Amino acid sequence: MNAPAPARYLIRGAALLGRERADLLIADGIIAGVGQGLSAAGAEVIDADGLIALPGLVDLHTHLREPGREDAETVETGTRAAARGGFTAVHAMANSTPVADTAGVVEQVYSLGRRAGWVEVRPVGAVTVGLGGTQLAELGAMADSRARVRVFSDDGVCVSDPVLMRRALEYVKAFDGVIAQHAQEPRLTEGAQMNEGAVSAVLGLTGWPAVAEESIIARDVLLAHHVQSRLHVCHVSTAGSVEIIRWAKARGIRVTAEVTPHHLLLTDELVRSYNPVYKVNPPLRTSEDVQALREALADGTIDVVGTDHAPHPSEHKDCEWAQAAMGMTGLETALSVVQHTMINTGLMDWEGFARVTSSTPATIGGLEQQGRPLAEGEAANVTLVDPEARWVVDPDKMATMGRNSPFAGTELPGAVHATFFRGHPTVLAGRLNTPHPTAAEESTWTG
Amino acid sequence: MTMPAPQSESVLSRVVLAEADIDRALTRIAHEILEANKGTTDLVLLGIPRRGYPLAQRLARKIAAAENQTTGSPLDPTAIVGQLDVTMFRDDLRHHPTRPPLPTQLPPSGIDNKVVVLVDDVLYSGRTIRAALDALVDLGRPRAVRLAVLVDRGHRELPIRADHVGKNLPTSSAEKVRVHLAEIDAVDGEPINEVVIEGPA
Amino acid sequence: MRHLLSTRDLSRQDAIRILDVAEEMSAVGEREIKKLPALRGRTVVNLFFEDSTRTRISFEAAAKRLSADVITFAVKGSSVSKGESLKDTAQTLEAMSADAVVIRHWASGAPARLATSDWIDAAVINAGDGMHEHPTQALLDAFTLRRHWAKISGVPSVGSDLSGMAVTIVGDVLHSRVARSNLWLLETLGASVTLVAPPTLVPVGAERWPCRITYNLDEALAAGPDAVMMLRLQAERMNAAFFPSTREYSRRWGFDDARLAALDTHGLDHTVIMHPGPMNRGLEISAAAADSPRSTVLAQVRNGVSVRMAALYLLLSGDEHQSPATEPTQENPR
Repeated sequence: MNAPAPARYLIRGAALLGRERADLLIADGIIAGVGQGLSAAGAEVIDADGLIALPGLVDLHTHLREPGREDAETVETGTRAAARGGFTAVHAMANSTPVADTAGVVEQVYSLGRRAGWVEVRPVGAVTVGLGGTQLAELGAMADSRARVRVFSDDGVCVSDPVLMRRALEYVKAFDGVIAQHAQEPRLTEGAQMNEGAVSAVLGLTGWPAVAEESIIARDVLLAHHVQSRLHVCHVSTAGSVEIIRWAKARGIRVTAEVTPHHLLLTDELVRSYNPVYKVNPPLRTSEDVQALREALADGTIDVVGTDHAPHPSEHKDCEWAQAAMGMTGLETALSVVQHTMINTGLMDWEGFARVTSSTPATIGGLEQQGRPLAEGEAANVTLVDPEARWVVDPDKMATMGRNSPFAGTELPGAVHATFFRGHPTVLAGRLNTPHPTAAEESTWTG
Repeated sequence: MTMPAPQSESVLSRVVLAEADIDRALTRIAHEILEANKGTTDLVLLGIPRRGYPLAQRLARKIAAAENQTTGSPLDPTAIVGQLDVTMFRDDLRHHPTRPPLPTQLPPSGIDNKVVVLVDDVLYSGRTIRAALDALVDLGRPRAVRLAVLVDRGHRELPIRADHVGKNLPTSSAEKVRVHLAEIDAVDGEPINEVVIEGPA
Repeated sequence: MRHLLSTRDLSRQDAIRILDVAEEMSAVGEREIKKLPALRGRTVVNLFFEDSTRTRISFEAAAKRLSADVITFAVKGSSVSKGESLKDTAQTLEAMSADAVVIRHWASGAPARLATSDWIDAAVINAGDGMHEHPTQALLDAFTLRRHWAKISGVPSVGSDLSGMAVTIVGDVLHSRVARSNLWLLETLGASVTLVAPPTLVPVGAERWPCRITYNLDEALAAGPDAVMMLRLQAERMNAAFFPSTREYSRRWGFDDARLAALDTHGLDHTVIMHPGPMNRGLEISAAAADSPRSTVLAQVRNGVSVRMAALYLLLSGDEHQSPATEPTQENPR
């Protein structure tokens, strides 16, 4: 049963970042060779004819739900889903129960990730105690912990108090951290159910104005500038937000921004069905916003794609719109949706894809072993993609426990053929394989 | 569940009553009604939509004319005729496409203690008349109810019979009996009066 | 027509058909015996997640006049305290073989959810959902307006529409399901609509609606509407900073005695005043206006039963496996 997996893999003839074809030799967790006609001696050969080799995807925005909502997702199931989606690292958002606002909780999540062994799990620490928005959490302790937290976010809740936001931005400079803001002015979005506009007017659902996002981003870029700190804006969803970020970058403000795959494709027209699978925070916006987000991702105004993977148990979606939880799964569809919206439209090439899904998120998150070039000596975090594949999304066949995919029934391009995590294939021939062999050691280690 | 029969390739259609036949039949029924009722006292004719109503109007005119001849006292035919919609009383509402109800209009005298003659074009299963009797009960209490039809095609499913019949037409249940009346029907823009049997060739 | 969820789904032909059937139902309502056997043996469930005695008894009367069995299911719980889930309730009703579910819910879209989920097979009638729609209210308003319009135009009501009629809807449009349902239906029937509201109570996005929007009630009245429909001001809006005070609201957007007199001054002899009820007398409408001969408030209530009978009959009588036709093809069915 437990035959030891060969430590050597020869990926034969993959198009590196969608360009020149080469062989990749993976051995002992690193890329041991890149070139033409590499020797297959002692290695399992993977025929990569027609496949594209990319650095393993890095998600800055994943909800793994553990601890606390293991009925929605666990670190184990969430990271399986990540591996299947081509990811080799995910950032686990802090809104668990208990909230990841102490060194103890972030170390627990980190340890669960190590034990699962599917991807690198980097916990995001809460900015404020209990996401309460009144008192800074022990950011330094989380940074110094074994989890080495660098990204802090109250995601799900906006750090709306301007003084608290200023202090957080300043404070994380001590350990090169970054505040990832969930930009949502709370008073402007009380009871909000969907994007405020023509569709909300007809549907009689309380509107979620674009200005509620844009006003916070405008304030935060000015604060970041004032205190000379770095700001990351989570899930940008409006054309107006793009304009503000573009302006801030032009002024040299250190701001990075993220967009979700679903905001690159879906619009608020879908809400007309009142099907809560389309209920998400921030809400689906208009087609003009979608177009602006795509262009911003292509021109670098938006730096990264973050999935905001948010699994929910079925009863949280099998109800009235107003009662339903906000969020969509995304790890297993992200690659396909970004290919569909950015590459197949000609807005971006695979090199750009690697930038927004791997190297830039790794840089923002401070992950030294992720998002690296496909070069000799680098950690072997590699994803092989079949760009010609087409598949119909079926949530029942996903690795995530969440069935709340807005793409259910949609045909999408591009499939993950293999994912190598630190030299080990977590996905092979399009199927989940085995976790990294050191996962077992981790469980002994935590004992 | 009754399903509409598929249209056969060739439908044979034959005219069984022409305009003059219909008129003769109605004249005879008018006289029968007068005789049975011993005049027009308390007489009310209620047509069942759609084609029973124009038939009731025609009968009323014939009755009024005959009465004027015998008694010399003028009778307004519109005062003794009305329309009785039975849609909401049918027993097959779930098995047909939705039928919108049509107006029920009673003569000003009402129907209490009257002799009501129900008038319809074709008597077939008897279910329409069953519905009409129920509808009538909700509107008042006639002294007697009688039934006049232009055509009786047989195949009764209920213990109902007509008091006055224009013509008995033996038919097979595969056939359709179609009554065309000038008040409602036209062929090539020309109003037409005829009774046709359609059946598979 | 499988469900009645929104007046936006109704074609002109659909709408006129419902109103025409309602005319026949109304005639039955004037008889000594007001009951028809059409829906004998069918079960209509009134499923109310929000209190509304008026709508509930109107549907109850309608269903009973058609001889349906009526079950009332009032679910406690609000947007704050989550009660029994819609799905569980729906499945309970399915197990009880409900043929139609009349649903009132505080959440916009709950009836649509019921109709499009696989929880239940019954026909769904929206009896008011959140800030979304209240289609039978709009139909009874259109019925009331059509009778009025046909009368002053000297044509029979049956078969006619509202072409050329000018209707002004006044009040809290933002939160009003009545305003939305009326707007779509009135437009479908050929009326031209003006909305009058404080700017804070006009939804963002309404600028694309097929109507004129103004903030000035006196100007709207001077333009000579054929009907003025006053919307109820919900108590919870009064303290939510949509307007400075109820006094100011009433002065600017209430139908007060001065505005009632202005109708006469403008020579608008035929203009009617409507209100879906229950009225806040002295707030959005003065007592004199509510009780004036122009007021159609009681006719609206009466017409509500006829329109709901029509809706129930049309949804429940046909064979759902056949497409509804206006005329049966076989004239002498067995």
